[in-house]
Amino acid sequence: MTTRIDLWWLPRAVLLGLLAFIIFGPLTNLLLWTVAEKWYFPHMLPLDYGFGFWQRVFSPRGNAMVSLGSSIVIASLTVVVSLALAIPAGYALSRLRLPFRGLFLLAFLIPQAFPNLPVYVNIARFFYQIGLNGTIAGVVLVHVTHGLVYAVWIATAAFSAVDVDLEEAARSIGAGPFRAFRDITLPLAAPGLLASAIFVFLESLDEFTGTYFVGAPDVTTLPLLLYTASSGGNYQIASITALLLLIPSIGFMLVVERFLRADVLSKVGH
Amino acid sequence: MKQRLLAVLLVLPALAMIIVFFIVPLLASIIGAFEVEGAFGLGNFSKSFELYSSDMIFTALIVSASTLLIGVFSIAIGGYLTLGENPLAVAVLRWLYRWPMFIPFIVVGQILRTFLAKNGLMNNILVSAGLLTPLQTVGFLDWRGIVIAFVWKQTPFVTLLVSGAMASLDRGTIEAARNLGASRLRILVEIIVPQVAPTILVGLILSFVTMMSVLSVPLMINAQSPTMLTADIAFRINAHGDYGVANALGLISLVMTAGVAFLYLRQTVKERS
Repeated sequence: MTTRIDLWWLPRAVLLGLLAFIIFGPLTNLLLWTVAEKWYFPHMLPLDYGFGFWQRVFSPRGNAMVSLGSSIVIASLTVVVSLALAIPAGYALSRLRLPFRGLFLLAFLIPQAFPNLPVYVNIARFFYQIGLNGTIAGVVLVHVTHGLVYAVWIATAAFSAVDVDLEEAARSIGAGPFRAFRDITLPLAAPGLLASAIFVFLESLDEFTGTYFVGAPDVTTLPLLLYTASSGGNYQIASITALLLLIPSIGFMLVVERFLRADVLSKVGH
Repeated sequence: MKQRLLAVLLVLPALAMIIVFFIVPLLASIIGAFEVEGAFGLGNFSKSFELYSSDMIFTALIVSASTLLIGVFSIAIGGYLTLGENPLAVAVLRWLYRWPMFIPFIVVGQILRTFLAKNGLMNNILVSAGLLTPLQTVGFLDWRGIVIAFVWKQTPFVTLLVSGAMASLDRGTIEAARNLGASRLRILVEIIVPQVAPTILVGLILSFVTMMSVLSVPLMINAQSPTMLTADIAFRINAHGDYGVANALGLISLVMTAGVAFLYLRQTVKERS
């Protein structure tokens, strides 16, 4: 029995090693580019290492700081607007008797179910006429529309996972409907709502296509800076920007299950 | 009655966002596709087919091939996570497969652009290991690069859905088949996959639609002809201000997606009822 198991480790190790190379090879490559001062063919590894490009990216006059700032402002505003819309909608979808509930839930999926590009092109044209093109507000509106499906679906699931008896108990000892919601249901649903906020924040941080049409060239976010640097052949700046976008994404991947508990997750989309 | 009115009022602002900033521009794009210099006609479509018919085939082939590969890999990984008998290997795989899941497409484009290039790290490693000579190296920055980028980024997402569905299956039938001597591959293909088919379908359809609208990957990895329709749409707008042809190309990619999206909606409605 023991020998058989030992033999099986051979294909296992080869396959897992191959998968690890496929996943971490490109990521290592990115890390190397962020600290490569000099790197050309046919050298496998950079010839000089250093943080010279980091200094250029983070210098006060560098446009990376501006992009980082506007990325964070846009993502934060997107979260605020999305939650302001999603909390009432999610409460209604989970607790109140809503006609055509299934259709309402599906409506929020529409922005994910059609190719976005033609829509962004026409929004840009419309925003241009009313002066919203190239403004933070215009970009936020586009990001909210795109992120609303996560916000509404996760908020609905979060409210569904809260025991309805607790709210009724609060009502029966004299709390008004708003007070019962604010003091009982909202705090209990908070971890799920936080998860939806993180989702929306990341979606906004990573969004490229909408910002490219609605924001550029006046509003530059990190993805746009990455694209400009990369098309200019400046791989170090592009890789440092990519790394800045990568850190929150990977961090979220590692903690997502702590925020989205199984009882909430099982109710998403129902 | 009063409660229903309240419910509708609470949902309405969020719904209005979707209508004003998605459905209305979508309709504008469909109408705009038929608009030629103020009149209605099919001029944009004849121009689109004349200039971009090879890109339409290219897009359909790339997205279909990627969807197929994503399906195969996610079933294979999910299957091993469910049926694997070595706890350590299962744990390593579970930790490993999900890394690319939340990485933005634009970052995937940049990472693979430098990794897969003719003088990128992948070829450098192969040359240093003596597997290739510098003259034999080829870059992958064409259709292969796009397929690799899509599969790299989307497989973890579909695997997450599929392995979740597989984990919640009844172990009884699997154990019974195992006791009767069925191989693990046969159990995966004949017992597990048919039961989780709806989840696989949903994951693949969502990936298909996502890949149809990604602009950054074709721009970063392969912007020369033939390329994907998304890059053509961006080019029509930025270089020519030609909204007619851009909208026509948009409608064509919409039609490609509509068939697939229809399958999804039918699946969700079936699950809901």
